[in-house]
Amino acid sequence: MKIQILGTGCSKCKALTEAAERAAKDLGFPFEIEKVTDIEEIMAFGVMMTPALVVDGEVKAVGKIPAADDMKKLLSDGAK
Amino acid sequence: MKCRCQSEPTIIKESTDKNASPRWIAATLLGVALWVVLYAQLAPFSEWIVSLFPLEKGTRLSEALTFFFYDTPKVLMLLALIVFAMGIIRSFFSPERTRALLAGKNEGLGNIAAACLGIVTPFCSCSAVPLFIGFVSAGVPLGVTFSFLISAPMVNEVALGLLFGLVGWKIAMAYLGLGLGVAIAAGWVIGRFHLEDWLEDWVKNARAGAVNPSSEKLTAVDRIKEGLAAVREIVGKVWPWMIAGIAAGAFIHGYAPAELLASIMGKGAWWTVPSAVLIGVPMYSNAAGIIPVVEALLGKGAALGTVLAFMMSVIALSLPEFIILRKVLSLRLLVVYFSVVACGILTVGYLFNAVFG
Repeated sequence: MKIQILGTGCSKCKALTEAAERAAKDLGFPFEIEKVTDIEEIMAFGVMMTPALVVDGEVKAVGKIPAADDMKKLLSDGAK
Repeated sequence: MKCRCQSEPTIIKESTDKNASPRWIAATLLGVALWVVLYAQLAPFSEWIVSLFPLEKGTRLSEALTFFFYDTPKVLMLLALIVFAMGIIRSFFSPERTRALLAGKNEGLGNIAAACLGIVTPFCSCSAVPLFIGFVSAGVPLGVTFSFLISAPMVNEVALGLLFGLVGWKIAMAYLGLGLGVAIAAGWVIGRFHLEDWLEDWVKNARAGAVNPSSEKLTAVDRIKEGLAAVREIVGKVWPWMIAGIAAGAFIHGYAPAELLASIMGKGAWWTVPSAVLIGVPMYSNAAGIIPVVEALLGKGAALGTVLAFMMSVIALSLPEFIILRKVLSLRLLVVYFSVVACGILTVGYLFNAVFG
């Protein structure tokens, strides 16, 4: 599973990265996490708010940090 | 443009337990009632606190302390209520929705709509750039986009609510009207210049797409939770600014000589408004920090127009914002943006000093 965090580096992006990492570890999937900080690349995903969560190329959450349970659900949906 | 990122842990459940909803709504109503009762007790409470200090009534220190102990809980409570209410209202708006409303709109009407939507759309300075590109690439005219970008940080709920609570409804309404006015006029003027060519090249080629997988189907409980999340996040973020602002306000209230302030910020000389704007640009504060200062300045006889210009400049023209926007705007366009907004603020300042002088 490939997790990407879109954001230019404000504190919320860091919080989202940590939340995604924690949820992925709890789920026990093999995963890699990548931070996308370049604004041109971010815009290529079509999001208008940051940070955004992308799982295997699909935008899952925009401008928010999902709560732990929701995060797990988003990640496990993506892994299917 | 300060980071008041709105939407932290939003709940993305498809359905919530049906029985939970009346309980949540009842708890919310109870909370609001409790708020009203507590709020009514604030003045006696602050006097009681200050009476615990071994101070004579009417001294400068006791004046300053009363200001501080009255304003701190008052501002905190107002802030919490406003942010909660706006969190709920904002759950009905998303940038995608706002963009769809604005795309293809004519200038003029579009500027007005953009400025008004700027008040209710969730906005955060870290999202300013993606938002800007998202708007422009979807066919929202440049000037209309600017109206939104000016209004969103300047006419925000925190500024309005605190002005309303601390300084009075007339000034809050004046600020609302003038803030919208500046955003509409500045956006319109920028649109008239037809500066689309001055965007950075890659922005012009950005593809228009809108992806937000979670913006639909929210229940009442979800919205209440969004309101609470907004309170946690915003109050958690601005309280140090707020305390600093109130402390500064308390100092001005107790110690600053009225004659000195009136000579600096009074309406006597022509240069007071521009210098208030210039002083405001490098200042990095947000509405919660600046409004207690505004309250104290007005109490000491500073001219209304000068103070409003100062406040708008602190909130709307900030260096960190320019650094963020530089990524998408060429320097020339950034300079035009700055000048147009600054002119708008100056006009407001002079106008108010003339009318209320």
